[in-house]
Amino acid sequence: MNRKIEFKLNGKPAAVDTDDQRALLWVLRGDLELTGTKYGCGEGICGACTVAVDGVAVRSCQTALANVEGKSVTTIEGLERDGKLHPLQQAFIDHGAFQCGYCTSGMLMNAWAFLQKTPHASRAAIVDEMDANLCRCGAHQRIVSAIAEVAK
Amino acid sequence: MNALDRRTFVKLAGGGVIVLVAAKPSALFAQQRRGYPEDLNAYLRIDENGHVTLFSGKIEMGQGVHTSLAQMAAEELGVPLESITMCMGDTDQCPWDAGTWGSQSTRMFGPAVRAAAAEARTVMMKLASEALRVPRETLVVRNGIVSDGKKSITYGELAKGRQIARLVGEKAVLRSVKDFTVIGRPMKRVDGREKVTGRAKYAGDIRLPGMLYARLLRPPAHGATRTSLDTEKAKAMNGVTVVERDDLVAVLAPTPDGAAEALSLIKAEWTKPAAAFDHESVGDYFVKNGGAGEVKNVKGEWDPSPGASGATLSPLAGRGTGAKRQGEGLDSHESIETTFRTGYLAHAPMEPHTAAAEWKDGRMTVWASTQSPFGTRTRVAQALGLDESKVRVLTPFVGGGFGGKSPAPQAVEAARLAQIAGKPVMVAYTRGEEFFYDTFGPASVIRVVSSVDDERKIASWDYHVYGAGERSSEVLYDVPNVRLTSYVPRSSKLHPFATGPWRAPGAGMNVFARESQIDIMAAKAGVDPLEFRLRNTTDTRLRRVLQTAADALGWKRGAGPSGQGRAIAASVDAGTYCALAAEVEVDRKTGAIQVKRVVAAQDMGIVINPTGAKMQMEGCIAMGLGYVLSEELQFHGGDIADRNFDTYELPRFSAVPRIETLLIKNDELSPQGGGEPAIVPMGAVIANAVFDATGVRMTRLPMTRERVLAAMKAT
Repeated sequence: MNRKIEFKLNGKPAAVDTDDQRALLWVLRGDLELTGTKYGCGEGICGACTVAVDGVAVRSCQTALANVEGKSVTTIEGLERDGKLHPLQQAFIDHGAFQCGYCTSGMLMNAWAFLQKTPHASRAAIVDEMDANLCRCGAHQRIVSAIAEVAK
Repeated sequence: MNALDRRTFVKLAGGGVIVLVAAKPSALFAQQRRGYPEDLNAYLRIDENGHVTLFSGKIEMGQGVHTSLAQMAAEELGVPLESITMCMGDTDQCPWDAGTWGSQSTRMFGPAVRAAAAEARTVMMKLASEALRVPRETLVVRNGIVSDGKKSITYGELAKGRQIARLVGEKAVLRSVKDFTVIGRPMKRVDGREKVTGRAKYAGDIRLPGMLYARLLRPPAHGATRTSLDTEKAKAMNGVTVVERDDLVAVLAPTPDGAAEALSLIKAEWTKPAAAFDHESVGDYFVKNGGAGEVKNVKGEWDPSPGASGATLSPLAGRGTGAKRQGEGLDSHESIETTFRTGYLAHAPMEPHTAAAEWKDGRMTVWASTQSPFGTRTRVAQALGLDESKVRVLTPFVGGGFGGKSPAPQAVEAARLAQIAGKPVMVAYTRGEEFFYDTFGPASVIRVVSSVDDERKIASWDYHVYGAGERSSEVLYDVPNVRLTSYVPRSSKLHPFATGPWRAPGAGMNVFARESQIDIMAAKAGVDPLEFRLRNTTDTRLRRVLQTAADALGWKRGAGPSGQGRAIAASVDAGTYCALAAEVEVDRKTGAIQVKRVVAAQDMGIVINPTGAKMQMEGCIAMGLGYVLSEELQFHGGDIADRNFDTYELPRFSAVPRIETLLIKNDELSPQGGGEPAIVPMGAVIANAVFDATGVRMTRLPMTRERVLAAMKAT
């Protein structure tokens, strides 16, 4: 159904007038031109499209726009504040926790949402939490180290 | 000559100091027949702000050459890394390049970059000497500032108002290793900030005014032919254009999800050809259709008729009886025969093939995820009937390639559709299309017959390879009698779908066979597998990587199976020596292999960026877990069964072991390849460790739980 959906996007009000059953991923990347969130598999398997809705990590390719109405959506573009990187972003740079960078947005958003509820997660808990996100370049060890540093 | 010649470039580049390198094709390029032209292959510009731009036809797909090439230029120029901007993979601005693959960017292109930068430094020093009126010998450069200790001037000031173009051969006066301040230092990636903020642009992030998203009608299987087509419902959709040109049937819509919906409304019927083989029968099919075999390498005494052994031995017999055979090497010792098998592999980069194309003023511009921007330009020009000068390919960041993005058919599709529609068009493969149109790493069958003498030295080595090709097929150890037979298929259409290079093409398969067979012989001879290897090689680089990896693991001696679940394997690839030592645990109830630790020791000559090199090694090991434990394409003929990550399983965080990487100092040797070597011994080191833990020898990759369980039951 076409209608106007209002929600908070990276702390600011946003409104989109479109079919409310469209996947949040395409609305973000297309209508809102926030291309940091990536398409990876389209079936919620790889985690490249992960964003946070009310602080909880979701797969934006599996989330209908209607489901974020009135809620707060955080994407990779929302982590940096006033030109200052979020500690997780800085840790990813410091640890070299990426290669091609395509899975990085999803990794960061999944980790960000996880640390919101578990700020002092153990390394084992981080591995467990990140297990549903795929990285093909093999940056896994450094991704875990980066998150673990922030979770200390 | 290129469309972009030297004069054009200097004109386009504007003011400042420009250095171009014209290098003759290096011996290796000539040898590999890559067709590297005798042409300019590096450009570098210093502008009046002291800013340096390095132009390279290479692309950045995660391997970090963005950083390592900038580091080399910074070193020779005497400027900070941050003052260098990389312009890569733009066919209008960058020098021609064959493509980014084979761990070549640093070792092949690096010398040209260093030469250009060194020459630029010479020019700047001369200018500074004139401007400051002091002798050149008294001047030093640091952070782009030339000074004699009293007076100083910046590169920017020196470049201001100049129009200097210099052409050098590759042999410029380079700084020596002992003077390095940037090369050899661990550097954080220069593309870090863009990649952690989501600002890094990939092909799919290109937005052009009025751009439409395309979805193409695809066959259900390779080789299928269409028997009917009904596009009426799609045509009726608001805002959707349907394109029908010969084989090209596509829908164009303002959004990607709109295009997907329109495509789902197209009805088509197809007939599929019968499948010649599937993922289970591929090995038998290869051997049956592999041809007579071509003997590529012979050392020692062998039966001169190569066809004989191929015909008389049953290649799929598995581990042999050890029977002596007439004419098979030295027959005074019991021979061991093993047949190894591997399946087809998908590249599965996280970013599927994507391209955006714009047709404007008689020129086609394509932003493409490709490892080969210049090859893509040629194919787009051919498909559209345009001169290459009318096509520009730009390569934004590439989200992983591993060989799979050497071809970029999506770029041609986007260009054709943009020309037909008269509007910019994006073609972004779905994950299903990415799997379907991948150029899979080929399956292989490798049969080795070898023997050990009374001194516990390898006496003979008879190697037969189907499918994997010859990369890393050499025996590596000191063996007096060696024969390599490569089986070239009778038909060029052996595979039911496209195949192509997969990270270190074929090397992982050949080394899986070789280093497994070495362990099999060591166990049979009752010798510790490390000791057996050292006993059979005098190659100092090989001995050093083996010993270093073993020491770091805390190697405890013992002939296999020792019950420790530890193992070692080594290889030479892209000029680099690499040894992996690993520890595994095998769950005897489920057959699951958990890799606990992998230690990698690598000798890659001069190391430009130790951090980057280690990241590549770790990546090789983590990615390698996939083809070793879970990845194998499921298919029936041209019908690809795996269409997403649910059935084609990549390694996840929980599968990745503790990885330790060691770089062996070897500054006598120029930089060698680093993007592939450490993935090569992964199959063997894990299979050897499984044997050491359980006494069960796995001869087929991937070593899935089911296969491990079955092998344990059979033992």
